[in-house]
Amino acid sequence: MLLREVEYARPSTVDEAVALLGAHDGARALAGGQTLVNVMKARAASPDVLVDLNRLDDLRAVSVHRDALVLGAMATYTQIMESAEVEVSRPILAEVAAQIADVQVRNRGTIGGNVCSNDPTNHLPPLLAALGASFTIRGAGGERTVPAEDFFLGVYLTAVGEGELLTSISVPAAAHAADGFAAITLGADGTCIANAAATLHGGETRIALGCVDAVPVVLRPADTDDESIRAAVEQAGLEPPGDVHASADYRRHLAAVCAVRAARQASERGR
Amino acid sequence: MEQPLSSRTIAVHVNGQLYEREVEARRLLIHFLRDDLDLTGSHVGCDTGNCGACSVIVDGTLLKSCMLLAVQVDGSELETVEGLSGNGELTELQQAFSDHHGLQCGYCTPGMLMSATALLRANPKPSDDEIKKALQGNICRCTGYWNIVDSVKAASGQQVAARE
Repeated sequence: MLLREVEYARPSTVDEAVALLGAHDGARALAGGQTLVNVMKARAASPDVLVDLNRLDDLRAVSVHRDALVLGAMATYTQIMESAEVEVSRPILAEVAAQIADVQVRNRGTIGGNVCSNDPTNHLPPLLAALGASFTIRGAGGERTVPAEDFFLGVYLTAVGEGELLTSISVPAAAHAADGFAAITLGADGTCIANAAATLHGGETRIALGCVDAVPVVLRPADTDDESIRAAVEQAGLEPPGDVHASADYRRHLAAVCAVRAARQASERGR
Repeated sequence: MEQPLSSRTIAVHVNGQLYEREVEARRLLIHFLRDDLDLTGSHVGCDTGNCGACSVIVDGTLLKSCMLLAVQVDGSELETVEGLSGNGELTELQQAFSDHHGLQCGYCTPGMLMSATALLRANPKPSDDEIKKALQGNICRCTGYWNIVDSVKAASGQQVAARE
């Protein structure tokens, strides 16, 4: 496919990338490109300038700082799957990364690209919402950090504004965290029709549902048993979209199924 | 500071040979390989990142070349299906695809070979499940998957069960 004409820049520092994004109207950051390049083919996105982040090794670092696991926005799914830091500090991230698409996509696709595209069927927005992640965004005016509830704003829309760049995602470190994830997909590891992430932490149960709204829907059920989870999903009054894969009613049903499965997995791990 | 450009001169090694070309920023790697370098072994199947017929190895990493821009591989070492049999003889993997009927129409085969090559480098004795997982990003529309899995298994020196 021939893409629309586009200009391309390959900054060698994060500051340079931010400056480029700020200096050009219609500039867009190119992370792994496993979504962006395809939507450019379909002309669903037509950036005038691509700012390629792939040589910014600073953005690929995965590290543990005190009680937080900090993932560079350009960490790939494969990197997350293989990271010793992830394994010891929040292994659910590796488990879920391994369920995304296929080897080739996981080798190139990044955590930052996944959340910044904020496709409601993506795996990581609900997972990171459930885990209580925070997102560090850099712009011309400096850096700010926003919690998940303020990060995901709408379909394909996040708190990262024009001229800004997501640089890292921070997740509370907890080696034996009671986390769970469940999805109903189109084929093994395919696109999610419904998904849910669960975490039981400090006496609180948090469930985040994907695929049912523009942003992850975060629930705080009273307890972790199946009935409490189902009740919380029902009370959320979900009005999910219907499409060729699932009607709205069916998707609402699947949301509860995924929520229960994710919560059961989390509970088993919490014992 | 780096300025955005609509084309660039890039230098890449493909199967050990150095190529220097000016390419438009919008050019996909698969088209660069096929149309600019005349390396037509890598195929365009779906052009949406699903089928894997365009899979190549970039700096040791298996990727789909329809989701990369050619300008992004500047300075990289690429391996395509043409490079597998450097001396003109089939590799063990290629021979196994022939012996075990791992190809029917052959359209997906270049991508299958590159994915299997990447797998066998990382995991010389993969299980059936590991082979299937490694080939998940490659679609065969002749639905010859059983034979493809057998081929990869045989290439790894493992016994392949006879099929009725």
